[in-house]
Amino acid sequence: MNQHFTASAETGSQAGLPPQDVVRLVDLKRRFGETAALDGISLTVRKGEILGIIGRSGAGKSTLIRCLNGLERPDSGEVFIEGREISRLGERELQPLRRRIGMIFQHFNLLSAKTVEDNVALPLKIEGVAKAERLRRAAELLDLVGLSEKARAYPASLSGGQKQRVGIARALAARPALLLSDEATSALDPETTRSILALLKDINRQLGLTILLITHEMEVIRSIADRVAVIDAGRIVEQGPVWSVFADPRSDITKRLLGTIRPQLPEELAARLQPSAGAQTILRVDVAGEAARGPLLSDLARTVPGAFNLVHGGIDHIQREPVGTLFLSIPGGDAGHLAEVIAFLRSRQARVEVLGHVADPV
Amino acid sequence: MSPILFELLLRSIWETVLMTAASGLISLVFGLPLGLALIATERGGIAESLWVNRVLGAVINGFRSVPFIILLVALIPVTRLIVGTSIGTWAAIVPLSIAATPYYARIAEVSLREVDHGLIEAARAMGGNRWTIIREVLVPEALPGIVAGFTVTLVTLVGASAMAGAIGAGGLGDLAIRYGYQRFETSVMVAVVIVLIILVCGIQWAGDRLVARLDRRG
Repeated sequence: MNQHFTASAETGSQAGLPPQDVVRLVDLKRRFGETAALDGISLTVRKGEILGIIGRSGAGKSTLIRCLNGLERPDSGEVFIEGREISRLGERELQPLRRRIGMIFQHFNLLSAKTVEDNVALPLKIEGVAKAERLRRAAELLDLVGLSEKARAYPASLSGGQKQRVGIARALAARPALLLSDEATSALDPETTRSILALLKDINRQLGLTILLITHEMEVIRSIADRVAVIDAGRIVEQGPVWSVFADPRSDITKRLLGTIRPQLPEELAARLQPSAGAQTILRVDVAGEAARGPLLSDLARTVPGAFNLVHGGIDHIQREPVGTLFLSIPGGDAGHLAEVIAFLRSRQARVEVLGHVADPV
Repeated sequence: MSPILFELLLRSIWETVLMTAASGLISLVFGLPLGLALIATERGGIAESLWVNRVLGAVINGFRSVPFIILLVALIPVTRLIVGTSIGTWAAIVPLSIAATPYYARIAEVSLREVDHGLIEAARAMGGNRWTIIREVLVPEALPGIVAGFTVTLVTLVGASAMAGAIGAGGLGDLAIRYGYQRFETSVMVAVVIVLIILVCGIQWAGDRLVARLDRRG
């Protein structure tokens, strides 16, 4: 497993759990027939953070999130929720615990026969809260998600984004300690996705609510997660703060998932790359954090005289940290010049990779 | 049609309505829980128990495979035990209910099974128990189908009650056979058919209206 910076995969199962961990998973395993959906997952979710779990479909994400509220039982391993081991509890003991955990779903799962307010109030009804109090709380939550005027409407009359807002309000009704989000934006268009993610981020900040979300979209991770864990074939292949994983993805699967949202060498240029020396050498330069704040390219021009050309690239701000990928083309011929450029960039904590050479100037 | 025949017709209408309504109500009261039991005990159900499921299924299939006219006669001892007599309208309600209950259980089962599994999962994730799932999810979400299925059952019962004349239960079918057929009173036959058409259309119309009002699925 690749660990970025603040690594957080504790092992063992000491009972004295620090209170800041809302969830702690220890070596979770679950098989379905021949396939291992979870193959030794250890993970911590800290109080107040948004942890994103990303993976392709079939990577084991859904099984993992369902282990957290006992909808799915692991074959082995331990699941601690607020310090309490729950994986071997019976259905009846799980019920009060599930009220501490809100859940939102890809297909919203609203009850079509109930009004919006009755949907939101349902967790409270289950808890045995009196009707007047339930409806008061539902009104408060619908106000929070901006749907007060739809309280008496039925879900069928709502748009997808509105349905998910109701889903979020419902998940918050019983004042949970943890919110689980199961691909909550996967059925929504990009604009609605942004507004739902903004709402989740707001809730995280305002209420200090811990959120664990699973998704197959890096864009979701980028917009709201604090930390990310990449899961593949039932294992965590990489985890760390989002900006650092974005800046320096170690596993192939992470790189592939990042492919669509990080700058890539233009295809036209990639097709012309050759391993042997040519007129131009193409470099990929990754910088992040402190290294990306300084005037890197103008310093390069000043320190290493000679031409270089910015071919493609960009700097993103992830969790307020700059994360940049630049593609430079360096005139070939003088091997010493190239080595100097690389040495300078490395001295500034940039990661440099020689991608290849092209015959013609770019 | 003579006043006496008209009076007979009115009485027969009442008897048919009584048999249909009473056995319909009983089949609802017992059939819906049976339908719930079927889907709860099936594989992946909220109270999975495969052998209970198999036994229930077999009993239901057993009753459903016996032709009603045979059931009517075969159940005479049971009827006598429950009602005290094996003849008359009330006596017919026993076999009618016993035939309609498994029929309705199967119809209810189909509607209940169509409830999205995600909704059951959502209720479980909220901390709901089985009873919550039944009361807040399964029954309300399947209600349009449950009502539509009940309408079908009532219409079927109108037809089945015609056979109840065989044990002296009266009703429209009995009237049509004894007067319309055996005594060549064509006017009685025509009147009975018209009344039955109106009765069935009325039940179907009321059922459809109710389903439309209950269905919030948009």
